[in-house]
Amino acid sequence: MYLKNALRAATALTFVATAAAQAETITIATVNNGDMIRMQGYTDNFTNATGIDVEWVTLEENVLRQRVTTDITTKGGQFDIMTIGMYETPIWGANGWLVPLDGLSDEYDVGDLLPAMAGGLSHDGTLYAAPFYGESSMIMYRTDLMEKAGLEMPEAPTWQFIREAAAAMTDRDNDINGICLRGKAGWGEGGAFITVTGNSFGARWFDENWKPQFDQPEWKEALTFFVDMMSESGPAGYATNGFNENLSLFQQGKCGMWIDATVAASFVTNPDDSTVADKVGFALAPNSEGVDKRANWLWAWALAIPAGTQQEDAAKQFIEWATSKDYIELVAENEGWANVPPGARTSLYENDNYKEVPFAKMTLESILMADPQNCCVQPTPYTGVQFVAIPEFAGIATQVSQEFSAVYAGQQTVDEALAKAQAFTAEEMEAAGY
Amino acid sequence: MARTVTIQRKSLNTALAWAVGLLIFFPILWTILTSFKTEAQAIASPPLFLNFDWTLENYAVVQERSNYMRFLWNSVIIAGGSTLLGVIIAVPAAWAMAFVPSKRTKDILLWMLSTKMLPAVGVLYPIYLLFIRLGLLDTRGGLVVVLMLINLPIIVWMLYTYFREIPGEILEAARMDGATLKEEILHILTPMAVPGIASTVLLNFILAWNEAFWTLNLTAVDAAPLTAFIASYSSPEGLFFAKLSAASTMAIAPILILGWFSQKQLVRGLTFGAVK
Repeated sequence: MYLKNALRAATALTFVATAAAQAETITIATVNNGDMIRMQGYTDNFTNATGIDVEWVTLEENVLRQRVTTDITTKGGQFDIMTIGMYETPIWGANGWLVPLDGLSDEYDVGDLLPAMAGGLSHDGTLYAAPFYGESSMIMYRTDLMEKAGLEMPEAPTWQFIREAAAAMTDRDNDINGICLRGKAGWGEGGAFITVTGNSFGARWFDENWKPQFDQPEWKEALTFFVDMMSESGPAGYATNGFNENLSLFQQGKCGMWIDATVAASFVTNPDDSTVADKVGFALAPNSEGVDKRANWLWAWALAIPAGTQQEDAAKQFIEWATSKDYIELVAENEGWANVPPGARTSLYENDNYKEVPFAKMTLESILMADPQNCCVQPTPYTGVQFVAIPEFAGIATQVSQEFSAVYAGQQTVDEALAKAQAFTAEEMEAAGY
Repeated sequence: MARTVTIQRKSLNTALAWAVGLLIFFPILWTILTSFKTEAQAIASPPLFLNFDWTLENYAVVQERSNYMRFLWNSVIIAGGSTLLGVIIAVPAAWAMAFVPSKRTKDILLWMLSTKMLPAVGVLYPIYLLFIRLGLLDTRGGLVVVLMLINLPIIVWMLYTYFREIPGEILEAARMDGATLKEEILHILTPMAVPGIASTVLLNFILAWNEAFWTLNLTAVDAAPLTAFIASYSSPEGLFFAKLSAASTMAIAPILILGWFSQKQLVRGLTFGAVK
């Protein structure tokens, strides 16, 4: 009798425990990018394997930043996993706002993460976010227009060549712009592009003493070159063009060249959406002649666990699943190798199937070339390539990029914009105690 | 001759009104049209107006990806609840200001309105912290209270304007007949102010339905309304305009239909007291 009761109690407890395990739900905040949406479609695979349910909160990038920043700084506990980038991760990690991603399983193979990505998502050698996909920037160009212009794209061109090629490819009568680049205000939009352009002309945001450098000749040269080239060969109204606007122009055959995120390669070569899918070539982002840095950035959308979550183990399980080699295989099997999340793992670029994807090689080379610890020709006190990994940067760079966009729109001169950028940045940095 | 001029002027005014109406409605029309295009057609240049292959694919994708009914239900509860609560609080307040004014009534009204001038983001952190402490994050109840407070100045102002048009003598007569304060407000004032209250309710329901700062910042999963539903289709890296348009059309359809059916009441309420 005693044994029967004990068995009944044990069975009941097992059911309760199983039900509790099955009822476990994690909430993930993420962005509405193609790879993220694809991942949501495979969530059932994770739930079936682990019994953990997943709720998604998908937001536009800027809204997501504001939302997760508010939540993490107030310990709101709304999310168990947050999709954040390379800018936030080291800062939040240093503040103790993220759970260190140590103790990941052997099968996960943390050593397989691309060193540039793992480094950018770490603080003091501790990984705080796992890269879901990574990107750099590179040149995407129309092979037919380049040929028509009688030019050949080098694998590693200079800005001077790009300007010459852009002028040669421009055909205003047929609405073809030689080059399309970001001019839209915002630190992650036009701000990111002009920062790497500055890097490739030898400029930097700050010297070793955190003194802003917009009054130096390298910035003037970079900004003047950019404005002149875009006036000659860029689309009308480029001051308001960001990633999506340029993607739209390129897909419709209205750009000879486009320098932007490497993830765009899968969009422009997709025949369902792009009218020029079979006429696209790739090259490394340019540098100014004699400058040893190219205009390519480094970014990752990564998954991190906010400190204080009640679901740390389940969240870690999800991150291991979503950023694993097996997940890449799963996507490749169902949607082809061109659609797997790129730029996160070394093994992906050693895979023979992936090597056949036309933009794989150039994506990897671009990622490997960007060094967040050493962004610029001259020494800097900061990490980050297209950003400066300090909390004040987002606000400062947004204002600076607005000044630059005003130059693109013809509302002020290069000198005026640089003087304002210098004064504003110096004031903000002083107020922040640098 | 005079008659001809009048007809010409009337025709001109009608044409002008139609042109302005179409201009205002065009973005909504374009969103609806785009929702039936493919992603490639959505970004085509020159833009395609009607000559494209109509598809329902975007609606199917949105339905498959999102739980539309959950978002819709949350919107109904949050917008309806905040409006109802606002009216319950605002009717007595507006009655006091309209029929028992003091020296400070106008100052109070202006002060109430001035709270609308503060940028919402300025109080995001205090309210977020309060919500954490009270356990109201991602709850419909929390949003009902916040949206009611945000729209309360408008509700009070609108009701105050309508109540001022009602002769005070009628209420006085009711009082002399022995009506209590509650009976005076519920059985005398409210029935006479029904058109004004109806237009106030409609306008505030629309404002609460469209509110996109607090509804995005204070919700996650359980209480997320249609504004969050639309936001989930906006992408900085990828052209998903057709899907975004389908989501937007689904989000605005209920309120558009409501506005269409109640346009007479809305116009009547909004122009009430404008011409004396």
